[in-house]
Amino acid sequence: MSAGFYLVALMIVGSAVAAMSLRNLVHCALSLAVTFAGLGLAYLQLQAQFAGFAQVLVYVGAVAILIVFAILLTRGSEPEPEAILSPGWLWGLGIAALTFVVSGGAILSSKLLPAIQGEPPTATVKQIGDQLMTKYILPLEVVGLLLTAALIGAVIIAMREKEGGQ
Amino acid sequence: MKHWLVGFAPAAVQPWIAALISVAAILGVFAGLFALTTLLERKGLGRMQNRYGPNRVGPFGLFQPLADGVKSLTKEDIVPRSADAVVHFLAPLVLVVPVFLGLAVLPVGRNMAAVDLDAGVLFFFAVGAATELSVFMAGWSSRNKYSLLGAMRALAQMISYELPLILSSVAVIMVAGSLSATEIVQAQSGYWGILPRWHVLTPWGFAGFVLFMIGAAAESNRSPFDLPEGESEIIAGYYIEYSGFKFALFFLGEYIGMFAISGLGITLFLGGWTAPLSFLEWVPSWIWFFAKLLALICVFIWVRGTLPRLRMDQLMNFAWKFMLPLALINIFTAGLWRFMPPGWVRWAVCALLVVGPYVLLGRALFQGRKYGARTYRFADT
Amino acid sequence: MTPLAAYLVLSALLFAIGLGGALARRNAIIVLIGIELMLNAANLNFIAFWRYGPNPEAHTGILFVLFSIGIAAAEAAVGLAIIIAVYRHYRTTNLDRITSMKG
Repeated sequence: MSAGFYLVALMIVGSAVAAMSLRNLVHCALSLAVTFAGLGLAYLQLQAQFAGFAQVLVYVGAVAILIVFAILLTRGSEPEPEAILSPGWLWGLGIAALTFVVSGGAILSSKLLPAIQGEPPTATVKQIGDQLMTKYILPLEVVGLLLTAALIGAVIIAMREKEGGQ
Repeated sequence: MKHWLVGFAPAAVQPWIAALISVAAILGVFAGLFALTTLLERKGLGRMQNRYGPNRVGPFGLFQPLADGVKSLTKEDIVPRSADAVVHFLAPLVLVVPVFLGLAVLPVGRNMAAVDLDAGVLFFFAVGAATELSVFMAGWSSRNKYSLLGAMRALAQMISYELPLILSSVAVIMVAGSLSATEIVQAQSGYWGILPRWHVLTPWGFAGFVLFMIGAAAESNRSPFDLPEGESEIIAGYYIEYSGFKFALFFLGEYIGMFAISGLGITLFLGGWTAPLSFLEWVPSWIWFFAKLLALICVFIWVRGTLPRLRMDQLMNFAWKFMLPLALINIFTAGLWRFMPPGWVRWAVCALLVVGPYVLLGRALFQGRKYGARTYRFADT
Repeated sequence: MTPLAAYLVLSALLFAIGLGGALARRNAIIVLIGIELMLNAANLNFIAFWRYGPNPEAHTGILFVLFSIGIAAAEAAVGLAIIIAVYRHYRTTNLDRITSMKG
């Protein structure tokens, strides 16, 4: 395994742990942005360039900023005086560790995984575009509808209600 | 020319040397252009405001950027005690690194793009989106109400204007059929008689170019969209608490961002490195690119000296209610242009589709305004 | 360890971190961050299988990930809007305090 993979893996795991365990919420959100950027790099390593650029554009450029805005709108940037862990956090961490052990063990001992290491596949934008317009045209339209519905829904939910009821 | 230089190196490290030379060339050229632009801007603004610009340091003030550089390097670097040290330190880096990355996909001349990516334009927009995070980091880490306010406004402005920017370039991508910057420039080579086949010389291309330039000015926080930067010109917005070299890095990042996005505009609309008239093809291609870049920079400086600053609500209205519908209609028009047979019918229909919505939308948005009677207050009453 | 197995273990680790954080923290926004991490882990899984799997010409992995990125962005927007609306009512984002539907 190349050094590049280990560097990217370290970046992803390190910033994910930081995002989950820091006390200051804005630091958590910024570490999350680093995780997303690291994942974009991982996609580039896996020769999926379009997915990598889309990941950086959407996640780092929009979702991370969205989370930051929500933190600031809910007064999350002031330091919290109380504990950050919920009661029963030990069970939560235990379940997560169990999940990792089970899935990691399954992966490493699996005989079904293909061992072929063929030459890297090409995924030009033209091919992806062709697929999107012929085979995946229905999911494309449905995702468009879904995004519209989510946009309108988010605006309505977060809008200030009129004073005094309807 | 680069291959001639690379040929000197031993064969094993040749790819690395080639990459290194490209990187050094980009850094050197654009940093030099940055220095030239700071001087040009101050002298240009000065002349527009009926005064000389800096003219003491060297002939015509030509060594002023050197003096600025020395000043910013030797100034004391003050970090407020309650500021968030790590984030405060990283914010200028997060700004400068992506904008330099974005410069790598621009085809500066024939066969002269540093990296020829298959999805080059998407890469450019992805790194542009990453710079928004640095604006927030700078504003929030200073623990200063004004800087946070400036950062939030800058963020809202940058996100709002990203949409018309990307949509106007989608029209170009649609017609050219590829996301690769070099291929888009190739699609604009060739001439009708002596006029070049640039995208800007078509109705939808012209509208797209105007939308793109307005979006580019908003993305780099230039006037008239510099509300987050100079709220009253004494409070400098989201980089209030930065001094010395970090401030210089922010300045550098902003100007290089301006160059990068102008470069993309040149690639998409103005034909990249192609010559404007067919008999001028013997001039080297990178000279045309930099000539167009300088022209666009001069237009930016001109606009800065001329137009007043937009208010926040005017800015948002402009982006969402005016530019976004126009950008969407522009995509439709570009599609029509592509599929109609060439001739004057095509010109008439597309020109109508570009001018018509602009006029109608402009009138419709002006209807709702209520202006009071203009009152004058003189000093003697 | 084949490269495919390495990427799958990385994605399993990322999923476990997201799950642990979502279960162990009190703040609603951190829970949402954990959910985003889990979605990203699944995306990494898809791309790894596309790259090293038997049929990469179908581009199924990349397209699935593209749609997943879009859907995750929509879900993050709606989730954060709900958190903001709940905050406006309860004045807190602490999940242990939002107990009016309990019992």
